[in-house]
Formats: sequence, C-alpha cells, structure tokens
Amino acid sequence: MKVVERTGAQGAEKFYLIAVVQGLFLTLGHVIKNLFNPKRMSVVFYPEQKKALPPATRGRHRLMKREDGTPRCTACMLCATACPAECIHIKAEESPDPNIEKRPEKFDIDMLRCVFCGFCVEACPLDAIRMDIPDVTIADYTRESLVYSKEFLMNHDNKDVVTGYNPPRPVQLTHGPHARP
Amino acid sequence: MTDLLLSQVKLSGESQFGTDEYVVNMGPQHPATHGVLRLIVKLDGETVKETIPVLGYLHRSIEKISENRTYPQCITYTDRVDYVSAMSVNLAFALATERLMGIEAPARAQWLRMVFVELQRLASHLLWMGAFAGDIGALTPFLYGLRERERILDLFEMTCGQRLTYNYIRIGGVMIDVLPEFVPKCRAFLDYFEPKIAEYEGLLTYNPIFLERTKGVGVISPEVGINAGICGPSLRGSGVSCDVRKQQPYLFYDQVKFNECLETAGDCWSRYKVRMNEMRESISIIRQSLDRLEPGPIEAKMPPVLKAPTNSEIYSRIESSRGEMGVYLVGDGTAKPWKVKYRCASFSNLYLLDELTRGWKVADIMAVLGSLDMIVPEVDR
Repeated sequence: MKVVERTGAQGAEKFYLIAVVQGLFLTLGHVIKNLFNPKRMSVVFYPEQKKALPPATRGRHRLMKREDGTPRCTACMLCATACPAECIHIKAEESPDPNIEKRPEKFDIDMLRCVFCGFCVEACPLDAIRMDIPDVTIADYTRESLVYSKEFLMNHDNKDVVTGYNPPRPVQLTHGPHARP
Repeated sequence: MTDLLLSQVKLSGESQFGTDEYVVNMGPQHPATHGVLRLIVKLDGETVKETIPVLGYLHRSIEKISENRTYPQCITYTDRVDYVSAMSVNLAFALATERLMGIEAPARAQWLRMVFVELQRLASHLLWMGAFAGDIGALTPFLYGLRERERILDLFEMTCGQRLTYNYIRIGGVMIDVLPEFVPKCRAFLDYFEPKIAEYEGLLTYNPIFLERTKGVGVISPEVGINAGICGPSLRGSGVSCDVRKQQPYLFYDQVKFNECLETAGDCWSRYKVRMNEMRESISIIRQSLDRLEPGPIEAKMPPVLKAPTNSEIYSRIESSRGEMGVYLVGDGTAKPWKVKYRCASFSNLYLLDELTRGWKVADIMAVLGSLDMIVPEVDR
C-alpha cells in the first residue's frame, strides 16, 4: 500500500467557492438556454407523453391468422426449439383440414420468462408468430395472467401493427422498414 | 443467522481515538455500489482498516445455463452478463464461437460490429462518468451523461429494436443491416457529441473539489496492477499498455488509426482521464468505420446447426468497455458448448479494492470503487 500525501487546494481555493461558481456558470447557461427554448430540453414527460417506438422494436407477440381465422401455426415446434428461455409451450393436435397436418391445441407464451430475443420470429417458416404489437409495458397482478394463451395471442385483426420487426427468415414479409422485395 | 464473512473480521480493540474498531455493512442495497454489491468495512473512526467485498447477490449461473443452450442461444444470455455494455459481450462470445468453428464474418458485418461496439463503449463510459461523479458528490454530470447516452440508445433502438439487451451481434455476422438513414444520423450524433466531452471535462477534470477527491487516491502501481490481474482503463491509468485492440487486433482494429490512452499516476483521476480520452478515440474509430462501410452481405454462410469440433477449446479475448473480456469455450462435437467461462474485467478489478482502500476514509471507498468501473452482474455472472 502506498499512501500519497494529498496536495490539494491551497489558500483561497480551500473555500471551493470559485469552483462551485465556475460549475454553476455552465449549468446556469443550460438553464437559461432551456428557459427560452423549451424544445431544447431532452425530457419526455413519460406517462402523458410517450416516445414513438421505432419500427424495428421487438414488442409483444401475436399469432397470425389465416383467411378463415384459424392460426397459421402448424405446431412444428421450431420456435419452441429456438427459444433460449424455454417460454413457448406448444401442444399439437390433428387438423380437421385435410391439407394441413397439424395445428396447435395449446400455444402458451410465458411472458415472465421471455427475453424478447426474437428467435421465435426468425425461426418460424410460416410467418405465424410476430413480435410487433407496440406494447413494452407488460405488467399484471398475477403470474397466471402473464402466461398468454393461444386465444389471447390471436385476439387481433390481421393488420400490420406499428412496429414492423421483420428479421431475415425463409419466408420474407413485404411490410415494415426491413422488408425485402 | 451467523454470517461467516462477518465473523472473520477480527476487531483489535486498539484504536487511534481510544475507541473500539467497528464493522459497517455497505450494501447490498447501497446507492453507491451500482447494484447489489455488499462491502464489509472494518473502520477505526472513519478510517478504513479492511474492506471485504461479498459477491453472489446477482448470481444467475449464466455459465452453467449456457451449457444447456445451443451456441446462438447463448448470445441472448451474454446480453445479461454486462447489461451496460451488452454489445461487447455479444461480440466476445460471437468471436470466440467463430474462431472455434472457423467461420469468418463478411467485411460489412465486421465494420458494423466495430461501429456498434464503439458506440457501446461511449454509452458505457458516459454512464460510468455520471455514476462516478455522482458517487463523489457531483450530480450534474450524471444528468448530462445520460442525456447523450439516450441518443446512442436511440441509434441502437433504430437498428435492432432494443435499448438494453440487443442480441444484435450474432455468430457469423450481425442480426440485421442498418437502415439507410443510420449512417447520417450516427455522423450527426458524433458531431453533436464531440464538443460535449469538453463540457464534461469543464465540469470535472480540473475542478478543485474533484481533484481533491481523486488525485492521489487509490494508487495502483504498475507492478501491483499487473500482478493482481487488473485490466482495461484501470490498468492503463497506471501507464501499462494493455489494450487488446492494439496488442491482438480483432475485427478490423488494425486498419483504423487510434491511440491507446495512457496516464501514469495510477490514481482515480488518471483512470478518469483515460476513460475521457478513450471516448475521443472511440469517436475517431466510429468515423473511420463508417467511412469504410460498403454494401455487402451481413452474415456468413453457415450450416443450419452450428456444431463445434470434438475436443476443441478456445480462449478468445476482446477489449470491452471495462477491460479485457475473455471467453473460454470447450466444444464436444454437439450443438451445445461443453463448458463456457467468461473472464470479466469487473471481477478481476474488484480484487484490489481491499488494498486500495486501506488507510483511506469511508468516502474514498466510493471514489475507488467508482474509478474501477465495476458492474455487479459481470462480477457475479
């Protein structure tokens, strides 16, 4: 251990008043500039004003639907396999449609475990799951209500929502800023 | 409940003031320890006799979990190793895996990685500067630092959609290409940001109160620093050249011009100065990288399932915002790593805390701890 003698402020500096005033000049400059130009302030009054989410935001999940309202998902388990948090729980059943082999009987996403990495969206070959509902304040009172069921995830009209998270994947989308023709 | 560590603290009863020595617990819920770090401090009056850091309050066993995840899945966990500079840890793991499997990322991906890692270094140093100044009593730099950090996070959010845990740098490339407006926006930010560093320095660097709190406090001599395994800006403050970007260039760091920032005194002020100068160098690196950004693929051709060769191992290191970030991987021929080990700068830097604070006052613990740029999730992992 090496103890170095402190050779700090001497004389008038010992009052630190000059240093305090010098610092105040800089901050006061900002205060005065902000008073005359409130737009200069980088403050968002959060619950009243909300910043617009950029189009690439990975938001809340939703399950896309076919024309007839059935889920696009064929319970192939690719998203559940890709998920690093193991938060997707799928139970498959036989589909009544002869052209489709399987459909999910149960499709639960445990939002308490989800890490919003977007791997499920990238893994899906059918564009059945998207993360584009612009909701980043996911909160509730019970744990059970945060396990989203298939019905909850499909409760939307099929339109494109604000965020357009569209990672590279086998089937390309044509919406959002990252869309490829 | 008996506290094992607490019971190890031996109180001598001899004191310079004729009073008894006593023990104070700082943390785990202490505003100045940047998270859940607990310090057992033995005091004589206000003089520190001994400091014992107690780790483990934020232990999530990321290394163990990674053994049950595939290589791409591990990237999401690296985000949580050091959440203040998640890009660096993403890069450390991605580079280690690429070296293990012999994958080469395309040039555009490499330049993008450099842009984002250096932006992350700016964001991390800004938060550090604010927290360090806040620890020793100056609150304004914290607000100023976070104001500019917000703009960097906006750039990240624009590209990869997230503000804290990006999952952006992937094995073999990056997740997604930047938008066309990213480059002009990034340049505009750099032009806006460069004069701001002078503003922070005007508030802090030669302020007599700041000098009094940091000059000559917590001196690490080069020998002690090297022997203790200190790394990154904390060691460069003692005048030891240890920048991995210079010594073992990864990405394209050998193709850009930048200086390694060194100071000689080894005290808290030198470590502060090194980081402030590093911000200027980072700006220069980002500018050069943006100039070299050319259209091209952003992801290497890879097999659908990434498997490491049997009995393969690798230790790969990068310079993260806090210092040397090493990743040790052992592959066993499957899609999951057999062993993952992160060598984190915060953990090794924390080692000297006891030695640096002995003989100083309680308030100096905060100055020393702040100047080491320690972050708890990286210590505990």
